[in-house]
Amino acid sequence: MKQIKTYMFVLSLCAVMFGIASAQENPFALEKPKPLPAGMTGSNPDDPRSKLTAGLYNAGEASMGIRHLMLLRKPDAFELGIDPNSPNMTKALQAMGFPNLPQLPDAAKISIGSMALANSDLAFSGNHLFVGNFYGVNIYDIADPAKTKLITSLICPGGQGDVTVFKNLLFMSVEMANGRLDCGTQAFPIPTDLSKLGQAPTVEKDRFRGVRIFDISDIKSPKQVAAIQTCRGSHTHTLVTDPKDAANVYLYNSGASYVRSDGELAGCSNAPADKDPKTSLFSIDIIKVPLASPKDAKIIASPRLFAEGAKINALNDGGSHEKPERIEASDHCHDITVYPELGLAAGACAGNGILLDIKDPANPKRIDSVNDKNYAYWHSASFSNDGKKVIYTDEWGGGGGPRCRETDPTVWGANAIFNLDANKLKFANYYKLPAAQSAAENCVAHNGSLIPVPGRDIKVQAWYQGGISIMDFTDAAKPIEIGYFDRGPIDAKMLIMGGSWSAYWYNGKIYSSEIARGLDVFELTPTKFISQNEIDAAKTVQFALMNVQTQEMNKWPKSLTVAKAYVDQLERSQAIMPNQVAELRKSIEKAEGSKLGENDVSKLKSFVTWFEKNTGQAKSPADVARMKALAEILKNPAL
Amino acid sequence: MIDRSMSKFYPFTAGLGAVLTCGFTLPVFTQQVDLKAPSVIVQPGAPGQPTRTLHTSTKATLPPRSQKDIEFMQGMIMHHAQAVEMTAMIEGRTQNAEIRRLGERISASQADEMMFMRRWLAVRSEAAEMKMPSSGNKPGGSHSHGAHNASSDEMKMPGMLSARQMADLGRAKGKDFDRLFLLGMIQHHRGALDMVRSLFATPGAGLEAEIFNFATEIDTGQLAEIKIMQTLLAEKP
Repeated sequence: MKQIKTYMFVLSLCAVMFGIASAQENPFALEKPKPLPAGMTGSNPDDPRSKLTAGLYNAGEASMGIRHLMLLRKPDAFELGIDPNSPNMTKALQAMGFPNLPQLPDAAKISIGSMALANSDLAFSGNHLFVGNFYGVNIYDIADPAKTKLITSLICPGGQGDVTVFKNLLFMSVEMANGRLDCGTQAFPIPTDLSKLGQAPTVEKDRFRGVRIFDISDIKSPKQVAAIQTCRGSHTHTLVTDPKDAANVYLYNSGASYVRSDGELAGCSNAPADKDPKTSLFSIDIIKVPLASPKDAKIIASPRLFAEGAKINALNDGGSHEKPERIEASDHCHDITVYPELGLAAGACAGNGILLDIKDPANPKRIDSVNDKNYAYWHSASFSNDGKKVIYTDEWGGGGGPRCRETDPTVWGANAIFNLDANKLKFANYYKLPAAQSAAENCVAHNGSLIPVPGRDIKVQAWYQGGISIMDFTDAAKPIEIGYFDRGPIDAKMLIMGGSWSAYWYNGKIYSSEIARGLDVFELTPTKFISQNEIDAAKTVQFALMNVQTQEMNKWPKSLTVAKAYVDQLERSQAIMPNQVAELRKSIEKAEGSKLGENDVSKLKSFVTWFEKNTGQAKSPADVARMKALAEILKNPAL
Repeated sequence: MIDRSMSKFYPFTAGLGAVLTCGFTLPVFTQQVDLKAPSVIVQPGAPGQPTRTLHTSTKATLPPRSQKDIEFMQGMIMHHAQAVEMTAMIEGRTQNAEIRRLGERISASQADEMMFMRRWLAVRSEAAEMKMPSSGNKPGGSHSHGAHNASSDEMKMPGMLSARQMADLGRAKGKDFDRLFLLGMIQHHRGALDMVRSLFATPGAGLEAEIFNFATEIDTGQLAEIKIMQTLLAEKP
């Protein structure tokens, strides 16, 4: 109550201080919703997630099918302070030049470092988890996920800190103007002679915008071995392995921000495509990294992915909401997901979704592109495990806006699921977080990964302050939610940037980089939508390395654990009769109990013929695939 | 609002975790790390240079905002205000559906952005209006009367329409209005791109994360809108 009064007082004070603001709107007020466009529907305001109480560390929580194991707060080295009125935070804010601190609402103080110190993307290698941050990288030991522990905080500002890892190398994206070659936190100096300002573009030889490479052989003391400068910096990058070449890896670099001057980096040009054929717009950078000598990594090509013949900017801009906030020119990609085993990549490129042939990773070729009238900004992409579906996401509002309110259409800021057949993308449906969120919560579709449940297509996904949602898209035309976790807003009265940036499944657990709060670890729990057997089968898929935008095919052992998951699925879809389900389960249990005794295995084999003969009675292609896969296991089962 | 019991809780569980896990053999692809050891804070050097270990009490430090950042935000509020003024003229002057839709889009996005800029300035205890012209290119002008007078010739941001251009737009109807509106808004948006360029071309400016993201969004967003307007102009000369 006291806080509310103080807050109101401060607001009226602000209104007095800034006459212009009081004449218009309170600058701290939440964005006013616009009415739903005719014929569109919004998310459900009666969901348990829709009215959770606010708080940085004590917000209300709601979950379904997900158990929260722990939150590890961001380390102090990545905070200005947690308590907005502590001496440390006051000192930090004064040093940054905030003169009237006592008059600011607490929430406003917390918001000051929210972007510059935001957690971002994740990468995994063995028992190490790398959490990117606009201010550097934090490295955690996840040998026992419920007891995840910080090992190393690596300070190296420049945002967004998108990370990938390969063997002894850690790669990091830097795009902002404050990035320095030496990882320094000090700003570039403001000249004392102000009369010369604006006369010539600034050239900072120590500025770094591009991809950094660290050698992490000593996990407690990573060394910077290379820093590849690019014209537009690095918003995201994707590690690309070449199945035919073990000596090199490639990075597809997506630079999305301003083009720097030719004086700072030779060859950079921000001229339009029709004025300068060498413009730095309308391309990505391909960096080749020799693994034996990463210091020699360099840009080997900047392919024109949007070209048609000699025309560099040939793709139509996408995004045409009926009342759009903004649309984007396809002059860059935001993120690219590669699937080396299939020789394919899906690019989310601002105004378009594109499909690339990457059989020659140094020479990607565009083979399809799509628009969507409901899309504002093509942000990220992922393939289904079989490569026959592609999910794109629309980051309407840029990630900082509240775009999951009940007045925001369910087809804006959503996933768009496409079927992929003979290299052609065909739209199937949208999926958006079904629970309405408040205007104090930035929310839109963001990063996720597949959960390797055999027989189904399942994706866990971050929705910023909308929390984490698990989507089943086995039927691309009918995606459904099968699990979620959500917290209330950081603050009830002011939107402070926060929420889950990335939520990824890795070797049996879900890890989420919470922008403001830290690192969350979760596990799945059985519900009517997913059984314990299916969760156990998902855990049989183990990787030694995971960069989510570098997709590796999930492959399951021919074990009875996996067989039981299929049986559960066939029971759920009523593809086999209850008495058959019971008999099959009993036989599997017996075979497990006898450690694959001869008679029990013979019994299992007796089901094979039936399954092979009766795929015709399955109700969906998914059931046919499940029956075939189950028969394969029963032919020659393992434990 | 802040639950400080968490900070007491976590060191304890982390310590417990170390005791429980250090007996296991880690897989071969990971390095052996002594989990009992406290975490370290390191800062790499430039490529090839050594990495420094920092004191465990290290706290984050962020670059200070420069005067140019403040002026960019104040100037952009004034700049956006004129775009909103221009879109408000659409009603009653044209029935062109595409122009009307474009106007709604520009009006909505620029109003949202003005809110963001006002908040950014308010948090920093800076006024939403500019006190002095930033580059002093109109030395003869009197003191500013603020953003509500956005079309005044006294103080203009790059690309802003002159009072005369605004008056011409106000008098135009139908196709004439459409043409003047598109030409004017293209000129106006190009000015915003110049402002972004000038921000990043100024030493010490645009280093702060929020202003960096915001300026980048203006750059890509207005560039896209210019392209749409050029297409509309080409269709209906």
